[in-house]
Amino acid sequence: MAQKKLAIIATKGSLDWAYPPFILASTAAALDYEVQIFFTFYGLQLLKKKLDLKVTPLGNPGMPMPGGMERFMPVLLTALPFMQRIMTAMMKAKMKKKGVASIEDLRSLCQEAEVKLIACQMTVDLFDLNPSEFIDGVEFGGAATFFEFAGQSDICLYI
Amino acid sequence: MAHDQELDASGLNCPLPILRAKKTLNGLTAGQVLHIIATDPGSVRDFEAFAKQTGNELLESKEDAGKFHFLIKKN
Repeated sequence: MAQKKLAIIATKGSLDWAYPPFILASTAAALDYEVQIFFTFYGLQLLKKKLDLKVTPLGNPGMPMPGGMERFMPVLLTALPFMQRIMTAMMKAKMKKKGVASIEDLRSLCQEAEVKLIACQMTVDLFDLNPSEFIDGVEFGGAATFFEFAGQSDICLYI
Repeated sequence: MAHDQELDASGLNCPLPILRAKKTLNGLTAGQVLHIIATDPGSVRDFEAFAKQTGNELLESKEDAGKFHFLIKKN
């Protein structure tokens, strides 16, 4: 049986949305898939050596808050400057307590399993990101590079 | 049942038990058996799916005192 292939496009740079690409990529690799993740726009944040990912309750009616607070808290309050910091700290503490891996761990497990990480050159330039801020082993490419692999993939996900 | 190696994945959540199991299996030779202990209830279906897709054989899957035990034979 030919090796299956999974292609993922990671476009989001928040703590919660950092999980799906790395969980799916590392698991697929454990199931003997060949995997590539193409990071573009805000997804590029996930490639930084020093991750500073956050969650925000702002504009996210689906986010559960402690004590069911989301049911009566005015949306405007979620825009207060400290809310993002508090929610991020609480989310991280909860994840640790529940044995959920950190993004750093999942990312290095992906690299160990030879998941190929490709940074979108155009958005790297657009945001003036310095490739030296990225972890080692990241490759750079454009849309055609993505399709070279994605065109032969069995599963292709846009996250 | 006899096994060649044990992996305690207690307290770890998806997908860590599977990732650790895969890594440990890589270090075993064909025919050897890995005993995995996990507390993640999702791991019951996940190890079935893992075995089916990787060709490693799930010899046993049981719950005992709140923990899940799996025996996987490397193919």
